[in-house]
Amino acid sequence: MSNADNSDGTKKPDLPPSLAAGGDDAENEAADDGTKKPDLPPGLADGDDDGNGTTKPAGPPGAKTPAGPDGDDTAEPTLPPGFGGDGATAEEPELTRKDFQTDQEVRWCPGCGDYVVLAQVQRVLPELDVDKENVVFVSGIGCAGRFPYYMNTYGVHSIHGRAPTFATGLKTSNPELDVWIVTGDGDGLSIGGNHMLHILRRNLDTQILLFNNEIYGLTKGQYSPTSEQGKVTKSTPHGSVDRPVNPVGFALGADASFVARTADQDPTHMTDMMKAAHGHEGTAFIEIYQNCHVFNDGAFAEFTDKDSKALRTLQLEDGEPLTFDNGRKGIRIDPVSLEPEVISLEDGEYGIDDVHEHDVTSSNLARILGELFWEPDLPRPFGIIYQEDRPTYEQMVQDQVDQAIAEDEPSDLEGLLKGSDTWTVDE
Amino acid sequence: MELDLPVLDEEEATEPEAVPDATVLFAGDSGDGMQLTGNQFTRATAHAKNDLATLPDYPAEIRAPAGTTFGVSAFQIQFGAGEVRTPGEEVDMLVAMNPAALRVHGDRVAPGGTIITNENAFTDRNLNKAGYDSNPLEDGSLDEYQVFPIELTRITRTALEDHPLKQDQKDRAKNMFALGLASWLYSRPLAPAIKWIRKKFEDKPDILEANLHVLKKGYHFGETADLFVTRYEVREAELPEGTYRTITGAEALSLGLVSAGEKSGLDVYYSSYPITPASDILHEMTNHKQFGVKTVQAEDEIAAVTSALGASFGGKIGVTATSGPGVALKTEAIGLGVITELPLIVINMQRGGPSTGLPTKPEQSDLLQALYGRNGDAPAAILAPHSPSDCFEVAFEAAKIATKYMTPVFIMADGYLGQGAEPWRVPDPSDLPEIDVEFASETNGVDGEGREIFQPYVRDDETLSRGWAVPGTPDLEHQIGGLEKEHETGHVSYDPENHQKMTEIRAEKVQRITQDIPSTEINGPESGDVLVIGWGSTKGAIDTAVNRMQAEGDAASSVHLRHLSPLPADLDEIVARFDRVLVPELNNGQLLRVLRDRYARPFEGLNKIQGQPLQAREVVDAARSLIPA
Repeated sequence: MSNADNSDGTKKPDLPPSLAAGGDDAENEAADDGTKKPDLPPGLADGDDDGNGTTKPAGPPGAKTPAGPDGDDTAEPTLPPGFGGDGATAEEPELTRKDFQTDQEVRWCPGCGDYVVLAQVQRVLPELDVDKENVVFVSGIGCAGRFPYYMNTYGVHSIHGRAPTFATGLKTSNPELDVWIVTGDGDGLSIGGNHMLHILRRNLDTQILLFNNEIYGLTKGQYSPTSEQGKVTKSTPHGSVDRPVNPVGFALGADASFVARTADQDPTHMTDMMKAAHGHEGTAFIEIYQNCHVFNDGAFAEFTDKDSKALRTLQLEDGEPLTFDNGRKGIRIDPVSLEPEVISLEDGEYGIDDVHEHDVTSSNLARILGELFWEPDLPRPFGIIYQEDRPTYEQMVQDQVDQAIAEDEPSDLEGLLKGSDTWTVDE
Repeated sequence: MELDLPVLDEEEATEPEAVPDATVLFAGDSGDGMQLTGNQFTRATAHAKNDLATLPDYPAEIRAPAGTTFGVSAFQIQFGAGEVRTPGEEVDMLVAMNPAALRVHGDRVAPGGTIITNENAFTDRNLNKAGYDSNPLEDGSLDEYQVFPIELTRITRTALEDHPLKQDQKDRAKNMFALGLASWLYSRPLAPAIKWIRKKFEDKPDILEANLHVLKKGYHFGETADLFVTRYEVREAELPEGTYRTITGAEALSLGLVSAGEKSGLDVYYSSYPITPASDILHEMTNHKQFGVKTVQAEDEIAAVTSALGASFGGKIGVTATSGPGVALKTEAIGLGVITELPLIVINMQRGGPSTGLPTKPEQSDLLQALYGRNGDAPAAILAPHSPSDCFEVAFEAAKIATKYMTPVFIMADGYLGQGAEPWRVPDPSDLPEIDVEFASETNGVDGEGREIFQPYVRDDETLSRGWAVPGTPDLEHQIGGLEKEHETGHVSYDPENHQKMTEIRAEKVQRITQDIPSTEINGPESGDVLVIGWGSTKGAIDTAVNRMQAEGDAASSVHLRHLSPLPADLDEIVARFDRVLVPELNNGQLLRVLRDRYARPFEGLNKIQGQPLQAREVVDAARSLIPA
């Protein structure tokens, strides 16, 4: 996900031989066999145009069937309270998924996790109570950066790492807009890391979808700031020595007011996170584990494969105990050391009351959950890790403007030009 | 509280000698308050209704080591009864608060001119720091000047003997003594300074009283010390009828932007990252919220410009300001503005470069950066104001061009314009032209599935500018971005012919701005031996020089370019009417290269790269050398 945007492999006639189909390694071959008609995962292809998925996305090739609760296959989406359907727009024709699709050819590699995110966004938007013309998608550079071209909304494909800044100007000057930021691990946490810090602390009311595939895909496979230490890539044949960024920890450290994690293999969960993020007033940061099956296939398999998911993930629900492994285990927080530990709920030593209860408003708990990233023996949390109500940036800016207008004589341009100290020259 | 204010009784005062103009320079340590002194002297001069021009000249360090030459902070002002175009060349009166100030600025004093020094600061240690082997006040080296060593520190301390302030606070008031004395010497009113001090130190009565007391002492000292045989007066300037104020370039840029917002009906969004010498504009803009102005102090230069572009996408006038190093960082985003064809105003308060360079010194060395400093063929409009008040008109015009032609526009000012001040005849807002902006409101095409859509790169025949469809407008949803787009449809396109076409259209669109550029004014005869072409803040010096030459019989004229991209259409034929062309610039020959590239004529450069303004005599010498004997 770097500046080599022209390397997006779709129409291939001009590629040098070494990069064309039949190249010298499997990665290149896979990267460059993009055809005019991407080989979409089932359930994501054209024809699924009735506004609600009737078949469950199977995920990218090679991936296991998504585990987790079924969803997405009901004829009429059931909205949680507060999301859309309030009757105010009853006379408007209802928007469908198709309304958010463009006629542009989607150019991601066949089987890319990005398709899942795109499909979920196109599905979820009709369920949100927003006017389509107010929706804007802003992206940076990288595979995820193409996202706005595939959305039939206002969209800007900006420059590398700067989507949060473009969004800051757009949203601050137009608070009524519904702004979504699409970024990746390189775009959002490497070249754009500074802006990520500042948009989160400011709390601009936007949704940030951070596609984390732990690799640079568009530049054909260098390690990214989220790649694990020791990652062997083209740029690190002896293994990377960089310690990775923990995106959730970064967001919490930047005082984000909404932090969640989801995965491309769990579209229903992703949809729930998007709805919650949209309902949140402030910057909503969603880290999406997104499989790059060309350059980093299976990076998140332990969290998404049916065999390991129950044991390796902690599905967070506000107010519910932190249990996993189908209720057989839980997370207890030691009252003295404040260290999280796994407890068994089967051997009689501990009961469900010993399991810590999730509280999305607890910043201390959020930090503990965020730090589980570094614990190979503890499950990885998915869901809303932290949520806090606090004023949004654009509203505070607007308030100052409104106050100035209320206090001063508005539009007294003459008075402004003259200032406080004038003299006159007569003929 | 009751204060014993000076009674400005003209009858008792020494009869002043009328002079047409004067140049005064205050210089001292960066902690001596010289900028404040200069600013107050300027306000008094404005109230005396003189024309004036100022030049603040200070080090990059906030408090450089005391007594050093590199820590000298200076403020120069020229004022006159006639038109004043520059802050002056030879100095009529230098106020030097220490040996370093004398060392740095002493040779700029005209023979016979006045030098006032703080005698108490001429210690061996300070003389040594300033590089003097002997005390210039005693060794005869200043014999050609009228030197008045005054014990400023001691007198100030004595005057404040009974005040409760600490010694260092008392010492800091000595600049008020200098201000009072200078005001007496040039018959300036004290009222503006008194008013200012009262407001500034409203909450600090001790300091307020001390400052007023010392200011008054300085004024009275001139009258009673029996030291000065001459006192000067500069009569009111004959300015056109109207209401006047003093204005700095930073203020004028801000007011121009706010006015453009009012006249276009668009809100102004201003985002910048603090940088010398552009921060003053942010300080100004943030006080204009009642006009709907939103300001964002961004996390860096890139965020500042990209957020301004985001605001422009949202239908606002997006503005950012910085200096050269900041423009370097903004470059990629400005390119995004070029390819997305969004309005954007980038103000460059140029300073000496490269890199961090000379942060507080003016230079004109970013012209080529503005013209060519982006990847790809990425044309943008470039305007340059020529004086502090001209910044108002240029900012207004920049907004007009940016919104009409959907293009980034650079405003190339500098620290000298930004911080320099001059009188400004305040325009009547109803006399300002309207800026007509029409957002796109209709679909203009059909997509692959037969839906009515908005195609972002369908263009206006006259301007070639594309439609500005603002988010929130139903049915005009569209996507733009940094990838090359197909002509009209705006789809991502790597088609070779399309890229060539779009590149040529972007260039032609900026070129078409020439249809809005008025014919070039020539200062002097329409043809002659030598034409001097300048741009930006050097206009005062160039016009002064050329007028002097004309008065002395030379066939010289000058042209000052406000529009640097595109260049005015009539420039070619003007250039052709002169035998030689001199291009003075505060850089190593940038407009010079542009002109040589554009017109095959013998252009000569005059390149001053010293962090100091151009002087008229330098232009006269260079221009005369081009005229055959």
